[in-house]
Amino acid sequence: MEVFLVSLLNGLVYGMLLFMLASGLTLILSMMGVLNFAHASAYMLGAYFAFTISQHIGFWPALVLAPVLCGAIGAAIEMYGLRRVHKNGHIAELLFTFGLALIIEKVVQMTWGLIPVPYRIPEGLDFSLFTIYGTHFPAYRAFMLLISALMFGAIWLGLTRTRIGLIIQAALTHPEMVGALGHNVPRVFTTVFASGTALAGLAGVIGGNYQVTEPAMAFTMGPIVFVVVVVGGLGSLTGCFIASLLMGMIQTFAVVLDYSPADLLKWFGLTVTSSTPFHEVLTVPLPRIGALLPYILLVVILVFRPRGLMGTRET
Amino acid sequence: MSADATQRAALAPTGIVAFGRRYWLWPAAILAALLLPWLFFDWGTHRHSGFVLTMLSEIALMSVFALSFNMQMGQAGLLSFGHAILFGLGGYVTAHTLNAIKAGSMWLPTELVPLAGGVGGLVFGAAFGYVATKQRATAFAMITMGLGELVAASALMFMGFFGGEGGISTDRVIDTSLFGVPYSSPWQVYCLVVAWTAIAAILMRLQTQTPLGRMANACRDNFERAQFVGYDPRMVRFYQFTLSGFFAGVGGALYVLVYEIVTFDTVAAAKSATALLATYIGGAGSFFGPVIGTIVVVLLQSGVSLLSNAWLLYVGVLFIIMVMFAPGGLMGIVAQHAPIARIGRLGDLLVPYIRILAPGVLMVLGFVLLVELASFTTIGAAQGKDFKIGHVVVDPHAALPWVAAGAALVGGSLWLRLESRFFRARWDALIAEAKARGAIL
Repeated sequence: MEVFLVSLLNGLVYGMLLFMLASGLTLILSMMGVLNFAHASAYMLGAYFAFTISQHIGFWPALVLAPVLCGAIGAAIEMYGLRRVHKNGHIAELLFTFGLALIIEKVVQMTWGLIPVPYRIPEGLDFSLFTIYGTHFPAYRAFMLLISALMFGAIWLGLTRTRIGLIIQAALTHPEMVGALGHNVPRVFTTVFASGTALAGLAGVIGGNYQVTEPAMAFTMGPIVFVVVVVGGLGSLTGCFIASLLMGMIQTFAVVLDYSPADLLKWFGLTVTSSTPFHEVLTVPLPRIGALLPYILLVVILVFRPRGLMGTRET
Repeated sequence: MSADATQRAALAPTGIVAFGRRYWLWPAAILAALLLPWLFFDWGTHRHSGFVLTMLSEIALMSVFALSFNMQMGQAGLLSFGHAILFGLGGYVTAHTLNAIKAGSMWLPTELVPLAGGVGGLVFGAAFGYVATKQRATAFAMITMGLGELVAASALMFMGFFGGEGGISTDRVIDTSLFGVPYSSPWQVYCLVVAWTAIAAILMRLQTQTPLGRMANACRDNFERAQFVGYDPRMVRFYQFTLSGFFAGVGGALYVLVYEIVTFDTVAAAKSATALLATYIGGAGSFFGPVIGTIVVVLLQSGVSLLSNAWLLYVGVLFIIMVMFAPGGLMGIVAQHAPIARIGRLGDLLVPYIRILAPGVLMVLGFVLLVELASFTTIGAAQGKDFKIGHVVVDPHAALPWVAAGAALVGGSLWLRLESRFFRARWDALIAEAKARGAIL
């Protein structure tokens, strides 16, 4: 019970962090058809910007400034890069963002060094909020939950209650029709791309000190976010939300449940020894397979249900 | 075919002359590959330069890998982010085969060992291809990415087949050569690698002429239409993927023969990315594009990485430039000159080229200097290196080099903009002339 509750809370925190990243990516992918490889790079840039800004001014200004910087970079990428590549098709756009992700990683390495930077939780939030069964729950995780919940509320209100939100929703499924009605679709694209990158940057600001701020963080986070987007389905923020939480839970619970397929076989009266065929595969404990689960999910979903959980169309 | 082209075909020489004229590049390339190491031969010690041989072997085996990648990317329009799993798994199969031959539990001539890697790649290609080719375009790219991550993670997890982080070591001196060659020296292995590279390249070239190769093109360009003609695009993708797995496996086998070890790096995402970068820089649209791209990438990798930490950044920037401005890659740029060459006016481009060369070089110099300065303030400082140009030590914390680099970059790009207008005008005029004279087919 104790392990279950703590893992549930941690899974929720991680899932909400994933949602911050995945929501922007889902909007970009469903609207523009661009599988944005540089999305996780914005997450990394957010963390590094926040590190530098919090060294000079403080954490709270960084919480605002870093996402704004990321958003500006996103807008520039869309206007000067993606639009030019757009005429060569979706694969070219994908390759463009892929190259961009490579370059951003190298630039980060050259600016901040190869080793992780000491980006720490702000002192004002560095205390234990409450204790469950003897395990401390840090206040910073509650703060992360708060920020991501606020952001979720803001996205939801923005998309369903404002005019631009309605146009974005329409452009998700019928971009030509929206254009025909006289709306400036390229500008909508830029807005969505910039806000998506800004959100990823925000996720970096609050996630960078929760995890580790290092040059490899984009390439470890990127594929996970893709998995969330694919599992959630194109064009559906709700699906994306559910998939994020699901992924958060899978990854946290996989770490604490120390079982292997061999334990399952024991129930059926079969014992796995070193002479059993495939004993290596059967005795791998779940925490080690944990890292593989998202990718297995990705392949299975894409092959058998390309629409994802709640998607409106195929990937 | 226009009447003009028919006439040209009728006038073309036939027989051995025509064959030689058409395919002279192939024997020339093989000859160059065999002669090039002798330029670096140390006559004093009677030894080949190990660095040069390793680099040339790397170019050869990565060319096979990139060409097999292009069987999917260029031929069938399938962008894979996990192609290295076929290369690496072929390598692992080869390493186990070599060890089995050494232990005496099986027999295979050393010259045919790459076939073992190929068969390994073929089998894994069929298994992964069955899953991946159910989709196309972006979904295919993501499935291959997922498979790539799966195999890369498994490589660290399962010791029996992959050997964990240490990988599988092997020994290529197995005494089963058909020609009595021991393969103990790098030069002997290099000859074997060149031979197999040539065989693989010729086979892949011939494959583009087969009905399968043609149908792969058709499914790439318009899969619905291919379906109406009566082909199953999914099966075409599957066969193409599987065959490409065979050649990727051959590449992996050559890797094992050269380095005598195979580690999880060979299946990792970075390896897949190398094939993608090389193919796109060289040009996915032409058969030799990936080879050209591989030469560029490997030269940057092994040449520049001795001097600089930033070689991957240069490759990345080159890649982005190609994606943005020249989707046909380097070979595409060369091919664009064909109509002008046909009307015999290539010389007219000499002056415009010289005029854009100067600002271009200035811009590249400024960029490289900026990158190197940035890299020496962090990575270089951490490694305790000094930034030297010739014998002059440059202090990356002083303002002057930064200002000079920035000025060169900005000034060079503005100047280039100016000159490129002149170039553009000249180019457009020549293309218009070529069009008027019917040299654009």
